[in-house]
Amino acid sequence: MLDKNMIYFDNAATSFPKPKETIEQANYFIQNIGGNPGRSGHALSLEAARMIFEAREKLANLLHIKDSERVIFTQNGTESLNLAILGLLKEKDHVITTSLEHNSVMRPLTFLQKEKHIDLSIVQCSKNGELDIQRIKKMLKKNTKAVIINHGSNVIGVVQPIGEIKKAIGDITLIADVCQTIGTIPINIEKEHIDILCFSCHKSLYSFQGVGAIYIKEGIELTPLRFGGTGSKSESIEQPSFLPDRYESGTPNTPGIASLLGGLTFIENKGLTGIQNKKRKLTKKIVNGLSRIKEIILYGNHEHETGIPVISFNIKDKLSSDVGYELNKQKVYTRIGLHCSPMAHKTIGTFPQGTVRISPGYFTTEKDISKFLDAVRTMAEK
Amino acid sequence: MIYYLLFFTTHDVLKAEKVLKKNKVAIELVPVPRNLSSDCGMCIKFDGDISIIKTLLHPSEMDKCLSYDGKDYKPVNL
Repeated sequence: MLDKNMIYFDNAATSFPKPKETIEQANYFIQNIGGNPGRSGHALSLEAARMIFEAREKLANLLHIKDSERVIFTQNGTESLNLAILGLLKEKDHVITTSLEHNSVMRPLTFLQKEKHIDLSIVQCSKNGELDIQRIKKMLKKNTKAVIINHGSNVIGVVQPIGEIKKAIGDITLIADVCQTIGTIPINIEKEHIDILCFSCHKSLYSFQGVGAIYIKEGIELTPLRFGGTGSKSESIEQPSFLPDRYESGTPNTPGIASLLGGLTFIENKGLTGIQNKKRKLTKKIVNGLSRIKEIILYGNHEHETGIPVISFNIKDKLSSDVGYELNKQKVYTRIGLHCSPMAHKTIGTFPQGTVRISPGYFTTEKDISKFLDAVRTMAEK
Repeated sequence: MIYYLLFFTTHDVLKAEKVLKKNKVAIELVPVPRNLSSDCGMCIKFDGDISIIKTLLHPSEMDKCLSYDGKDYKPVNL
């Protein structure tokens, strides 16, 4: 049974609880469909394929993408970023990224530095996570292949203007990691002209874990990460060139994609603006509450009120692990440490100790926040 | 006359199915007859006047269209 007294503040890792639409859609698939999509001609295989098609269309609709076949399902945000980075960059290419990136960007990049001698430039962001677009422009070289930007920080919640960055870099490919922003901040591919969008679906799109996606603009060719069966062009032993099949070899996580279809229905019903406003309100209440406790060190700048509910703090000289441990005992579930983002913590000055990160979600209540603030206050005053 | 509409991917088949069903065109999704070669395992079977298909689907969305008289398959230009 779900413990009604617990406070789940780790939605930036994965959202919980999930909306009833997520569970119902996945249940429906598991109990009534269950077939392998696009692999056979029987009714259950077809129904499974139709469900994936619907999820893809809804996702394209959310992002204002004209051709839904350019939305590819992956396992998670990390696989999407790996496909973008490993699939795009070739020997000795130059690439620019920021000092706020997650290891799902940094690790493939440092791998390519060793394996393919790529030239990597890292733009230093300010302590509050602000990014100077002019500095990116100055770093551009003749062989710059891509600029990789963390749209919303998983450490301090700062949001970067990806549309403006794309304008500044022109034809160079912009890869945006939108894991923390999709489902909260409106993203419009038609207006912002982002080339590659990478994200997980189990955070603010409310699917089960094990589902991610990538959008690849027409004209961009990535080397696939996986090769194999697609249910199409079966007479050929070569990987198909058409999308989405080119990047979706192997049986997909169909129950997970069913849950995503439910999650996207939930978002449609609530409306993205409503969701963003609700998260904005919750974030503001937490930030205001924490700011009033003098022992609290709050990181980043929350004045912009973007609605990304990611807040990092420490209590004076207490270890973040001790604070997290104490909160856990009181059934407040947070995430402490480096959040897979050592560079971001170096940027904000919290490496290697890290921070306590709290990330409320759509289902967080005002009561949860009051209870959390009381717990922190008591701890701070000890 | 019976027609078979062949596509490159399952995604394209389902996209066409959505458009045709929305316009109340009676179609059936069937496995591609084994004596035909296709990129995708599924195709759309349609029994009726092909002009309705011509108005709803663009040839670029499709691999090919074949008519079937019970004996032979013949390519149809959309």
